Amino acid sequence: MTQVHRRRFLRRARDIAGAVVSAVLAPRAAAAIETTKYQGAPTREYGSRSRFETLKRWVMPTRYPSSSASWTPLGDLDGIITPSALHYERHHAGVPDLDPATHQLTIHGLVDRPLEFSMKDLRRFPAVHRICFLECSGNGSQEYRGPTSENVQQTHGLTSCADWGGVALKTVLNEAGIRSDASWVVAEGADGAAMTRSIPLAKCMDDVILAYAQNGEALRPEQGYPVRLLVPGFEGSISVKWLRRLKLTASAYYTREETSKYTDLMADGRARGFTFVMEAKSVITSPSAGQELSGPGYYEIRGLAWSGRGKISRVDVSVDGGESWRQATIHGPVLPICHTRFSLDWQWDGSTSTLLSRCVDDTGYTQPSRRQLVQQRGENSFYHYNAIQAWRVDSAGVVHNA
Amino acid sequence: MRDPAESLVGLISSVRRSANHFLRSGALLILLSIAQSSTADENARPRYAIGHLASPDRVAKLDIAIGPQGDELPIGRGTVPQGRELYREHCAICHGEDGTQGPDPKLVGGHGSLATAKPIQTIGSYWPYATTLYDYINRAMPFYTPGSLLPDEVYALCAYLLNANGIIADDTVIDRTSLVAIRMPNRDGFIPDPRPEQPHE
Ligand code: HEC
Repeated sequence: MTQVHRRRFLRRARDIAGAVVSAVLAPRAAAAIETTKYQGAPTREYGSRSRFETLKRWVMPTRYPSSSASWTPLGDLDGIITPSALHYERHHAGVPDLDPATHQLTIHGLVDRPLEFSMKDLRRFPAVHRICFLECSGNGSQEYRGPTSENVQQTHGLTSCADWGGVALKTVLNEAGIRSDASWVVAEGADGAAMTRSIPLAKCMDDVILAYAQNGEALRPEQGYPVRLLVPGFEGSISVKWLRRLKLTASAYYTREETSKYTDLMADGRARGFTFVMEAKSVITSPSAGQELSGPGYYEIRGLAWSGRGKISRVDVSVDGGESWRQATIHGPVLPICHTRFSLDWQWDGSTSTLLSRCVDDTGYTQPSRRQLVQQRGENSFYHYNAIQAWRVDSAGVVHNA
Repeated sequence: MRDPAESLVGLISSVRRSANHFLRSGALLILLSIAQSSTADENARPRYAIGHLASPDRVAKLDIAIGPQGDELPIGRGTVPQGRELYREHCAICHGEDGTQGPDPKLVGGHGSLATAKPIQTIGSYWPYATTLYDYINRAMPFYTPGSLLPDEVYALCAYLLNANGIIADDTVIDRTSLVAIRMPNRDGFIPDPRPEQPHE
């Protein structure tokens, strides 16, 4: 080695060693020195968010952590897609630990050929994708009797929206051969509650997806890994997670989750059953309860609207408690059965203001007021609360649930 | 109904046996196009041939959902006293000494309360079918050891809870026949979904 070569070699070795050292030291030094003066963290195989980001689902404290729910922080999210890690959850017996190598989906009952599919089998079918919201029919139920929750995460966070991928259920049902006497499909999960719901066959042959993907990667365990139903526009609990079995039957099975629960008790003591569709709903996510305006001036009122029956065609916003309404701007993409963004420019003059949003879907259905819902259903009803939400901005700029 | 796909397969193989290569491929094409246009119900024919047949044994093992007809109910039987004992041992700690105290869902009572300001929805006051009781206890209870009860035990627990709700007599034996025959008090309490109910000002 010549003198020059040796010097170059040593310098390069020193540079490399320095890079290693600074990579190791970087996190600690970050606060003290400019990020332009050292090497950042190395590339890594699976990403995670910045250590400065702390957004979380809100987990309701219950006696049994495995029979509980978590709410999406709608007030602090941007756009229409809910990150998988923040998608709302509701489990009745916790999240099972299922191995995709051994998980099987069985289809039987009123079919020509009872069939079993491995996850590999399901992934061989033509794939379908759809961006679609999923909402628990209990979303906002505590508001039936008046303003209760502290923020939009708690009033509306049992809805989330994701890009779901899988195979069209009708494709797979056709493989088994549907008998003419079949008109329902009983779906069962592989969790500790073996969660079971009956779904009209016509819906299954329309747009139901056997979903194995969420936002481009495998479902999260809490979203039904390795495969779940995705029943667009219907109450969330029918999109059975950890799906292990579909039985085609002549009638509905009146499972506990479609009798004792997920039915709507009316004032006269009768109850509505099989109330599947999630009707149109909107909410202003900013400003919303728990947030604070920094003083009079310009604010963009932002929110989300969605309907289980189709597309959102219009959103109106009021800043004076419903005295007057202005049409909000709807931002694309405007997809059927999907969270849709809306906004409205607002100059806050510093006085107490009550903000409302009201949406209309492409069937012409208009989101009702709380008073209208109570008139129709009485106060014993619990599920399917989709009334107009009011936020009161007080003169200090603090936003309250009103 | 005979599967059109099967008859097609039979025809094709006889064509294969009897015709020369040229005729065979021509006949196949014709047969396939006939099959395509004449199969009104395209469900009848597996298109992808993915997956495998589920064995009857496997299906029988999985077939635990009990509909109102009770077709899937297993052989077995249970009495009210047997159920009372099982209830005290496995359930009372969460559902209360006699099913009314909680802390977990009340299983007894609430009769006549549904149209009041304080409705109490229980098995006895609200559930339309007794088969749901077997189904749910069998699949989901006791909470920490779901799926651990034997058919005789589930029948006995149904007997106890139905008796505690005043729906069956003390000496009724519950089995697959008697369970299906029970008419629950709120059997006619459910109505179809009338929505959309457009708001009128
Ligand atoms: C560790 C506590 C615990 C034990 C023990 C337990 N349960 Fe439960 N049970 C629950 C909880 C919690 C729920 C509600 C579950 C949910 O909503 O997801 C429930 C729900 C039920 C329901 C449905 C009630 C309704 O109105 O929807 C029935 C029926 C039931 N249990 C029966 C039983 C029986 C029978 C036993 C004994 C074999 C039992 N439970 C043991 C906690 C328990």
